Amino acid sequence: MAATPNKSTGGPALDVQRIRADFPILQQKVHDERPLIYLDNAATSQKPQLVIDALTTYYTQYNANVHRALHYLGEQATARYEAVRKKVADFIGAGDSGTVVFTRGTTESINLVARAWGAARLQAGDEIIVTGMEHHSNIIPWQLCCRERGARLRWVELLPDGTLDLEQYREVLNERTRLVAMTHVSNVLGTLNPVAAMAHEAHQIGACVVVDGAQSVPYLPVNVAALDVDFFAFSGHKCGGPTGAGVCWIRRERLAEMEPFMGGGEMIERVHDDDATWAEPPYKFEAGTPNIADVIALGAALEYLEGLGMEAVHTYEQALTTYALDTLAALPGVRIFGSAPERGGAVSFAVEGLHPHDLSQYVDQHGIAIRAGHLCAQPLMRRLGVPAVSRASLSYYNTTAEIDALAASIRRAQKFFGHG
Amino acid sequence: MDDLEQLYQDLILDHYKQPRHRQALTDEEVSVEADNPLCGDQLRLAVECDAGRVATIRHDGKGCAISQASASMMCETLTGRTVEEVGVAVRDFVAAMRGEREFDPSWPDEWLALQGVCKFPLRVKCATLAWHALQKALERQVE
Repeated sequence: MAATPNKSTGGPALDVQRIRADFPILQQKVHDERPLIYLDNAATSQKPQLVIDALTTYYTQYNANVHRALHYLGEQATARYEAVRKKVADFIGAGDSGTVVFTRGTTESINLVARAWGAARLQAGDEIIVTGMEHHSNIIPWQLCCRERGARLRWVELLPDGTLDLEQYREVLNERTRLVAMTHVSNVLGTLNPVAAMAHEAHQIGACVVVDGAQSVPYLPVNVAALDVDFFAFSGHKCGGPTGAGVCWIRRERLAEMEPFMGGGEMIERVHDDDATWAEPPYKFEAGTPNIADVIALGAALEYLEGLGMEAVHTYEQALTTYALDTLAALPGVRIFGSAPERGGAVSFAVEGLHPHDLSQYVDQHGIAIRAGHLCAQPLMRRLGVPAVSRASLSYYNTTAEIDALAASIRRAQKFFGHG
Repeated sequence: MDDLEQLYQDLILDHYKQPRHRQALTDEEVSVEADNPLCGDQLRLAVECDAGRVATIRHDGKGCAISQASASMMCETLTGRTVEEVGVAVRDFVAAMRGEREFDPSWPDEWLALQGVCKFPLRVKCATLAWHALQKALERQVE
């Protein structure tokens, strides 16, 4: 199979070899001159040179604090920082850039919602629904919120194919439900959840919806208006941007209901001795000096993705994911977790008789980076009945040859550890 | 592949494939449980002391080759020693795994076999999981 997807799917195909040249880290050799095969993209993506350049350019040419400095550098930094807000709004179909709040990443975004909206509005007896496939970052903030407000956490269970049990969702959804917290694409099972349909049902009974978009934004075109949710969180570093810059998109109506998240500079309007008034959103939620350089470089990363075209990225990654699923499932003793018809690029699996840590360590010697462990989803591991899984997660710069190399390395690991 | 073969020495793979002192434990028998949240490893120990000696140590649970082999080797080399000796042994072994002291060539082959794990800092926790659990179990028995 060639590295480019089937032409019949339409749209411009990706020239992956050319794309790979944009990523300096992918040029290096590891462990005895083996080419690096990076299959841990669900954890973090690699960065194209232009993102790295954006950081350098910021620090060498217009480093200044934003929003307050009335000098050349301050104006430059502010203009570029705010331009990224607009770029993000366009990238996720929000339109209104005033609804884009910059955070450190998905975790901080969800905590922002849990504090500024959840803890400020929930009452004893209220219910929050989470799903059995959530990352800890979309569980713990709600557990903390429930503990503080006397609210109750309810769970949506999974069907055997790794999709959500929508009938059971309708059963747990009730007039006490205030919020539904769900991932768009699972970081373990790959499942693409029917967010728009579930959000519609939640809204009908007056509940709000917060979506963890960490795995979807790098994988497929996302449109928050079409999803019609209330909060949408994602991390820049999984989209080719630097760590430390993420996004919390908040629907206009919700912004008006929210209390501040953190207090400090930037988020105020007027400060008296005993109290204060707040800046207008989104600044109300951005206390202190933000990660200016990282946000500006996130803008470069989104430009890079736009240049490739998210439709083309999605088409390629889907073809590659299918290839990975077929290749790994064909190996003796390998079991794939999750067979949702619509899915993202995380492929989790078990190799009979081989602990994920041993497998990960073994394939690493062949220069292959995969992930092993509970993947920050212990409730899901319990539901799958395993303590840990192995995961290969794909990006548009990966190739079928790299997946073949992983498969060959797994076969050798099976022989090394005396199974298969 | 030199580092990898050092990590997974034959003696380690032998203990992994044929663990000694491994037995399905009932909840009542379990003295201590240990989790390695990094990798989801779960280990349970049943420790019985008699007349100041660690008479039996049994283990069960799920884990990687290193954590499983290390538990097996620990049980194999410490059973029958006095509680005090076991305390010193655990302290010495854990310190050596952390690079805080040298491995002593006079130590049992099983301990020395785990030396290769030190080259993989993330795996040191796997190799010391059972040992920390044993320490905790003995502390509880003293109380």
